[in-house]
Amino acid sequence: MDTPRTVPATPKVANWPLWLSALLPLVLLGALVAVFFFTNPLAAFKADGLPPIESISIERIELRPGEFIVTVFNGSPDPLTIAQVTVDDAFWEWQMTPSAELPRLGRGTITIPYDWMQGEPHAITVVTESGTTFTGEVAIAAETPQPGPTQFLAYGLLGVYIGVIPVGLGLLWFPAMRRMGRKGLNFVLALTVGLLVFLLIDTALEAIEVAGDVAGVFQGLPVAAFAALLAWLAILAVSGKPSEAERDNSGGRLRIATLIALSIGLHNLGEGLAVGAAFALGEATLGSFLVIGFTLHNVTEGVGIAAPVTKDRPSLKAFILLCLLAGAPAILGAWIGGFAYSPLLATIFLGVGVGAIWQVIVEVGRLLIRDAEKNNESVANWVNVAGLALGIAVMYFTAYFVKF
Amino acid sequence: MDMKSNLSRRDFLKIGTVSTLGAAGIAALAQQSQAVAETPPARPENDQGVIDHSVHGGNMTTGDVDTTSPGAFDPAKYLTHFDYGTVTTLPGGQTLREWNIYAVDQEIEVAPGVKFPGWAYGLEGQPPQIPGPTFRCTEGDRLRFNFGNGSAHPHTIHFHGIHPPSMDGFTPVLKTGERFTYEFDAKPFGLHLYHCHTPPLKRHIHKGLYGTFIIDPPGGREPAHEMVMMMNAFDTNFDGENEIYAANTVAFHYAKHPIQVKVGDLIRIYLVNITEFDPVNSLHLHSSMYKLFRTGTRLDHYELTDTVTMGQGERHILEFAPEFPGRYMFHAHQSELAELGWMGFFDARA
Repeated sequence: MDTPRTVPATPKVANWPLWLSALLPLVLLGALVAVFFFTNPLAAFKADGLPPIESISIERIELRPGEFIVTVFNGSPDPLTIAQVTVDDAFWEWQMTPSAELPRLGRGTITIPYDWMQGEPHAITVVTESGTTFTGEVAIAAETPQPGPTQFLAYGLLGVYIGVIPVGLGLLWFPAMRRMGRKGLNFVLALTVGLLVFLLIDTALEAIEVAGDVAGVFQGLPVAAFAALLAWLAILAVSGKPSEAERDNSGGRLRIATLIALSIGLHNLGEGLAVGAAFALGEATLGSFLVIGFTLHNVTEGVGIAAPVTKDRPSLKAFILLCLLAGAPAILGAWIGGFAYSPLLATIFLGVGVGAIWQVIVEVGRLLIRDAEKNNESVANWVNVAGLALGIAVMYFTAYFVKF
Repeated sequence: MDMKSNLSRRDFLKIGTVSTLGAAGIAALAQQSQAVAETPPARPENDQGVIDHSVHGGNMTTGDVDTTSPGAFDPAKYLTHFDYGTVTTLPGGQTLREWNIYAVDQEIEVAPGVKFPGWAYGLEGQPPQIPGPTFRCTEGDRLRFNFGNGSAHPHTIHFHGIHPPSMDGFTPVLKTGERFTYEFDAKPFGLHLYHCHTPPLKRHIHKGLYGTFIIDPPGGREPAHEMVMMMNAFDTNFDGENEIYAANTVAFHYAKHPIQVKVGDLIRIYLVNITEFDPVNSLHLHSSMYKLFRTGTRLDHYELTDTVTMGQGERHILEFAPEFPGRYMFHAHQSELAELGWMGFFDARA
């Protein structure tokens, strides 16, 4: 530089050692907190004698022979005490561990001896010391499965039925898909985008719904959004930025198929979670019907996974791995849902699913766009639009089996 | 009472053995009946006579309400306590009964551990209570209620009965710290009630400002084991529906602590319905039937029944004498109300 540099006089503060300048704001913050603590300048905003704000989440209602086991969580700013419990609008005797007094963010288990009726709905209300009530519902009463080898196997099989088998069946279309021409292939890819768009919206709505059951203090909706954002960025970071050449070779296409399988796997984890929890919480005595529905619904997922690699000849091993990547998470989901369901966990998983599915839509969409550019056509050509529409339609109508 | 109730079960068996029935059959019957008579009913009971349901689990609140600490409301004491006021005689010979009564804001325990932010009446020198004290007088007495409002809200006292409208208590509405004296002659004899008549009425009533007001007939009634039951309820979460029902405030109190009575004794219940939010309440008595005196304004009974259904503000006198020892359940015959606390027992002992 030619111009003479005028260095401004460095303020003395800059000469302080680093640790001191780092510590100073903390010390001042501590002083501020102390002032608040000892002088209570906010007292003017508080009225005396107001009852505490109470917020109890009824996280889980287990049904065992002759009793309910209810898990409650105190998400309110203060400790609170459970005073009474009613079942179906009748006071009922109960016991609570570790104590009827719940600290802030504390969790307790209420045991209520009650001859619940198989297949009928029940409502359990906890009454706090202030007389505030919080109600949890059992839609259809059925005994909650207890963890054991048989149950473990049963939930595992549930995951296989709704995840692994349908994806595998979908992959069996691979030979037929190979014989399609360019347009046919584009049609199938567009169909894949269609079903992914459906899954994106479906998963997002599911995440929003489950987030509503999360105790307010855990901020369910933001958690779902952050899980989606971070999942998307993580997949971007993991997959890196492939060159154009890489995208178009068989390795690149297999990479996209793998990404699709991964994201569908995350979605299926959410599905497994939903079905497992439904069975565990006694809300799906129509369970077998639900499983058949999910199975039909998920067959198209196999088609989506196979679509990018139809130009290639992947090994059987690759197919099996893709099938497991997409389907097996349903098994994990069913276990978690059946044995350790929590709305927060479900929200996180569903959020991750949203982020992953979004990234796959982008990737598969890119394949279609590049192909369209290469052939000098619009990506919104009738083949692609028809494929997209069919993908959405197939998901929409097969969803009739699982949406109630 | 009558002959039959003076006979014990054992006496009955003795009579049976000299009857024309076959000896073998009678022996078997005797054995069976004796087993029934001498085996205490299978119910877990602790030293205090409190039924312990927790062994099996059941339709009951968990724990017990504190009735012993100073100022705490005790449904057992309220049941049989009548307040006759300070009695003097007016120049004309008329009896004057005078009460100093106040209203305050008062938290009460309506079920074990459940605190309700209520409004309560109380007598000078005594703790506030929900229901308010039971006033009792004789037809023709002059009544004087010196009322002071110590609550943060405006209140009144409205008495049922016949009196000048200026003493009716829907006006004047008394602000915090204000006083008013209600004065009128007691008529007609019967079972009445009093309550705050300040709008919003629903809240002023269901928060606890009510009590029983008994005017005895000049000649009195037949001596009896008398008790007051005020059917009330509490909307603890303020959603316009009651979470807790009771007679005399505490859910299931007389189930956990059965009312002790004697076989053959005449029992008279002054039953008042002040339940807010529900159009009707009722009392059903097990194992017996009662004479029903509607509003208590006549000395002959209206009917013999075991269930009476009453709208809000209705009140009746019930009379019965238990013929057999044992537990006589009583409760609202609306099952929902019974299961939410309005249930109890008379424990009749020989």
